[in-house]
Amino acid sequence: MTIEILPGAPLRSRRAEVWSAVLANRLALGGLAVLAVLALAAVVGPSVAPFGANEQAILDRFEGPSWRHWFGTDDLGRDVFSRVLIAARGSLQVGVISVGIALGLGVPIGMVAGYYGGIADSALMRLMDIVFSFPAILLAIAIVAVRGPGLTNAMIAIGIVYMPIFARIARGSVIAVRSEVYVRAARSIGATDGRILRRHVLPNIVAPIIVQTSLSLAFAILSEAALSFLGLGVQPPQPSWGRMLADGRGFIRQAPWLGIFPGLAILGTVMSFNLVGDGLRDALDPRQKSVIESRGQEIA
Amino acid sequence: MSGVQRATASDSNAITSPLLSVRDLRVRFGTKRGVAHVVNGLSYDVAPGETVAIVGESGSGKSVGVMALLGLVPQPPGRVEGDVWFEGRNLATASERELRQVRGNRVAMVFQDPMTSLNPVLTIGRQLGESLRLHHGASRREADARAVELLDLVGIPSPRQRLGDYPHQFSGGMRQRVMIAMGVVTNPSLLIADEPTTALDVTTQAQIVELVQELQQRLGMAIVWITHDLGVVAGLAHRVLVMYAGRIIESGIVDDLLGDPRHPYTRGLLASLPRPGRDRPARLFAIPGLPPDPVALPAGCAFWERCSYRLDDTERDSVPALREVAPGHHVACVYDVPAIERT
Amino acid sequence: MSGDTLPEVSDTLLEVSDPLLEVSDLAVHFRARGKGVVKAVDGVSFNVRRGETLGIVGESGCGKSTTGLALLRLVEPTAGSVRLDGVELAGLRGGALRAMRKRVAMIFQDPYASLNPRLSIGDIVAEPLEVHGLHAGRTARRMRVDELLTMVGLDPNFRTRYPHELSGGQRQRVGIARALATEPDVIVADEPISALDVSVQAQIINLLEDLQGDLGLTYLFIAHDLAAVQHISHRVAVMYLGRIVELADRVTLYEAPAHPYTQALLSAIPVADTAVERARTRIVLTGDVPSPRDPPPGCNFAGRCPRAEDACRDVDPVLEPLRVGHDVACLVARRELADGDSPAAVTRP
Repeated sequence: MTIEILPGAPLRSRRAEVWSAVLANRLALGGLAVLAVLALAAVVGPSVAPFGANEQAILDRFEGPSWRHWFGTDDLGRDVFSRVLIAARGSLQVGVISVGIALGLGVPIGMVAGYYGGIADSALMRLMDIVFSFPAILLAIAIVAVRGPGLTNAMIAIGIVYMPIFARIARGSVIAVRSEVYVRAARSIGATDGRILRRHVLPNIVAPIIVQTSLSLAFAILSEAALSFLGLGVQPPQPSWGRMLADGRGFIRQAPWLGIFPGLAILGTVMSFNLVGDGLRDALDPRQKSVIESRGQEIA
Repeated sequence: MSGVQRATASDSNAITSPLLSVRDLRVRFGTKRGVAHVVNGLSYDVAPGETVAIVGESGSGKSVGVMALLGLVPQPPGRVEGDVWFEGRNLATASERELRQVRGNRVAMVFQDPMTSLNPVLTIGRQLGESLRLHHGASRREADARAVELLDLVGIPSPRQRLGDYPHQFSGGMRQRVMIAMGVVTNPSLLIADEPTTALDVTTQAQIVELVQELQQRLGMAIVWITHDLGVVAGLAHRVLVMYAGRIIESGIVDDLLGDPRHPYTRGLLASLPRPGRDRPARLFAIPGLPPDPVALPAGCAFWERCSYRLDDTERDSVPALREVAPGHHVACVYDVPAIERT
Repeated sequence: MSGDTLPEVSDTLLEVSDPLLEVSDLAVHFRARGKGVVKAVDGVSFNVRRGETLGIVGESGCGKSTTGLALLRLVEPTAGSVRLDGVELAGLRGGALRAMRKRVAMIFQDPYASLNPRLSIGDIVAEPLEVHGLHAGRTARRMRVDELLTMVGLDPNFRTRYPHELSGGQRQRVGIARALATEPDVIVADEPISALDVSVQAQIINLLEDLQGDLGLTYLFIAHDLAAVQHISHRVAVMYLGRIVELADRVTLYEAPAHPYTQALLSAIPVADTAVERARTRIVLTGDVPSPRDPPPGCNFAGRCPRAEDACRDVDPVLEPLRVGHDVACLVARRELADGDSPAAVTRP
């Protein structure tokens, strides 16, 4: 009755494919390695640091990088390396949790706005516009004024500030995806809106969201620095890269290493997030594009 | 291989030297999965004023084959080899500057989707006049006047008013007419049309085909028409080349090829067309399987896997060469298909 | 079997006289950007019997695809009624609407776009089962998916592949498997073969015919390729600018088309036979298909019709029987019949 088509060997599972794609991308691999180190630092930092975060040694202040103090000492004689190591935890926390909040709130809002359109869309996006138009610092100050200073509140503040960006990206992607034929096909078989959003829309909008996530992580860490500068972020005695960077400003002439090393730490973290983000985005795309084939139109 | 004579028997043309002569054209692409051999030794001639149809499905290399003629294949990732003789020049070795003098001037190209070939932010008048001003140094007034002539020639009503319109203000059929007008503006000797009517309605297609035929009569240009539609071929072409996996597997005068197809693929294609009316078959013939992957072409006959006529393993190892089975009719197949049919 | 005499409907056709699908005065109007109304579908009526294939053919802008979408409520009908086995579909909501989707399925045109690139073939085919809770349990579901894949000519191992690994024809088979999952009564096929290569089109046409024979399916076959529609359909409806202009069994439509548009359409179809092509004289229509935004008064086709008369521009022709089993919406055709003229000579192969 029907024609039998020969298949060929079945490929590996989806997960294995994604993993191998990420690993194949050497830049992403590098980023992953750096992140692994950072994660390690965040977890065991305080235990393996050669000195305490606030161990002062006034006699040794402003020492440049040496064998004893790899990153030198600061104005209070504290070991910069240990401080950078110990601060990893706080900074990563801020980055991950605040972006997590932004994602967790912004993406659903954007998806609903994009999928349903109409009044819901207008209302939600106007709300996002209002939040977005607040200068980040002002908003953070406002939140902190209400809830008090501290790490948690700083994270909430940053999360709320970045929420509109995710909402906007999610909304734009959803608008593009909702008119795809496979979404129409899903409707035709009776899938509920919730199911369509979950299984058909969301997986197809992750790419731009992932990219934005890695960008936002970078900015979140930098925002924390600004907040710390105003005394609103991580509170002393907890060290934070942002604050170290801010504090180091004052000593840029005599002890540039006070700013350089925390700066490098931020740079390294941000870059790794970006690289991993790019790699993940590419790996998640099941389509293998070759020169000849693209979206059904073969050049030949 | 392809002869040089005019196809129609009623024509009393003398044998003239070919306008276009393609010799052993090969195009490869580097891809993630390996080297894709898209065009594998294409050789054919086109006589002045003749219409040659190139027929094939996706993956046959028919489009890449003509893009390569005018140096439109990006190298890298592509690599083009072979010779393309046109009006005394070998385009394959010509410089980019020389090629630009030929494109849009001596050779016109019309593509499938006129929307992507036309600049949406320029008026039709500007775009029509562009090649005139570029290649012939015409003034703005001269170019406009000629543009109006052309729009009229291709059957666009109120041409003077339409000069200032933008592409999106035209329908699909009209845009294709404009593309044709742009093509013939410089009186080219060759028009290459890559699936120009595939995206059009059948009634619009009929109009465009009629238009092209009229223009050919008037301007005497040769046409290379690429399509997958054997019906259009029957009404338009003098000679036909059937491509499969980057090679010509059958070529001949259109009557011969459609009336007496000798290659199993050509026969299969014709048999798979629905024929309404008295000749309706109870069940369509369907060529089983899929065309080969250009990255992994078989060593021998590319169609062997799907061939219903094969008797043995002969052609697994060597690519069958084109052989003449009737005057002007060549087939790349070792089997005598009609004889097999009779048994 | 050569020669096409009477259209055969499958032997399993029930003796029941009630049609399975009854569409009356279906209309789909869109509000155009700016002002005006786009009447994509403007009063379409037809019936389809169980086991039958009704072909709907027409060129771009005629509303055939919109008609199909409206049947599945993927586009909301502005007016009119659609009855499946006597049940009115137009007003259904919620659970009832979802239940309807088990009985009417769709095959889409673009095999590349109609499958979610992020889902495996197995997931795609199983989704209708999940949505409606059919064949519950992993094993049962997996067995049904395998069964469906085999039915459409794919090895069950395709289950783990992803759409981008399949060819156009294979993807279309997956689309068909998905449509069959809930054992629907009616399948609306919206241009199911136009995006496929010619040699693959024949494979899919044969597959659809086989499935119809085996499962007793009823098809609405929407396409612009009249030759394919003629091959697979029992009856054919020709649409122009939102209306059906002619409806007849496939033999009659081909041999004795009455509406000037049908005649022009038939004469425009290229045939792969040089003798035929040389001998024929085409009816080449002037101008383009007008936009459905501002249809002119009177017959929609009058502006391009080679046989239009003055009355045509004043009166909207209604789709009415010309003879038994042959409906036409044309004043001229009707008048010619009444006058005893034979239908105008048709130039078609």
